[in-house]
Amino acid sequence: MSAWHAVVAILGLAVITVATRGFFLYPERELPLPAWLKQGLRYAPLAALAAVVAPEILMQQGHLITTVKDARLYAALAGTVYFFWRRGILGTIVIGTLVMVALRTGLGW
Amino acid sequence: MTDVTLGRPIWRHPEFARGARDMVGISMGIAAWGLVTGVAMAKSGLPLPLSILMSLLVFAGSAQLAALPLLVSGAPAWMVWAIALCVNLRFVIFSAQWRPYFAHFPRWYRMLLGYFTADLNYVVFMTRFPRPEPAPEQMPYFWGGVAVNWTSWQLPTLAGLLLADAIPTEWGFGFAGILALLGLMYSLLTDRASRVAAGVAAAAAVATVALPLKLNIVVAIAAAVAIGLLMDHVTPVEARPMEDET
Repeated sequence: MSAWHAVVAILGLAVITVATRGFFLYPERELPLPAWLKQGLRYAPLAALAAVVAPEILMQQGHLITTVKDARLYAALAGTVYFFWRRGILGTIVIGTLVMVALRTGLGW
Repeated sequence: MTDVTLGRPIWRHPEFARGARDMVGISMGIAAWGLVTGVAMAKSGLPLPLSILMSLLVFAGSAQLAALPLLVSGAPAWMVWAIALCVNLRFVIFSAQWRPYFAHFPRWYRMLLGYFTADLNYVVFMTRFPRPEPAPEQMPYFWGGVAVNWTSWQLPTLAGLLLADAIPTEWGFGFAGILALLGLMYSLLTDRASRVAAGVAAAAAVATVALPLKLNIVVAIAAAVAIGLLMDHVTPVEARPMEDET
């Protein structure tokens, strides 16, 4: 990764922030949107997140993990249980991270 | 900044204080999420000046976290942008709902408004102004919320970036970024179709992980959108009451 490559990528990301947050604000006339597109778009953010997260939890160097002594599994599990109990993202982060740090420092997983 | 509609300093309007107050309640959550994002960015291996630039300019936590691994691994810029675009697609959908409130402003001002409309501004604003029509107190209210949201996001992010070295890498603190994305994903699971779509995306991403350029993510999104549309069209939405024509 060269610094210039990264700067260009970051500037592009800022443009994407403006472009997506105001997408339907910018045209002078209201844009008609086909119903199927609206419906399909609904699943894209969710899919993008699931696709980023799943390999980070379940895989190690391109392979499914074969051990249960992996702190990531328990951290994700603890975060999941908290989320569906209390519905808070903040608590999900805090509880999962605590489990992660405890297993890493305590058991060396 | 002066108010386009009222012609006086916007922060002196009582609605500015109200907008700020309504955001303070949730700013603890924003701050913690910012701190975690800052630490995760620092642990990702992106050099500090670039991380600071990214935080200040991009101003979109989940897109930043999703784009970082690609950026650091040297993936082409279009891949970095594609993933950010997908994570930000929810804003495209939100923007259709902002339009009735903001459409009468000049375009440059709409772009400025667009840049600052983060998730929580959307939630708070739509709760305060449920009727989709412009009103003079909306701008002070909006900017009051933005002022609190921006500060309680950017300052902890910078703190996380600068303090990250005090935390050893082997503690696995960087995993907090993944947990944040996980929580955000769970919050989008609203019905059976979305749960199935998420499961399909996760399985597809794992199964095709060997593809170059993180194309497994594109495959996963395509698969999830397809299964989502399929379920929407196969599952009957609701039994409609029969109309009696006789």
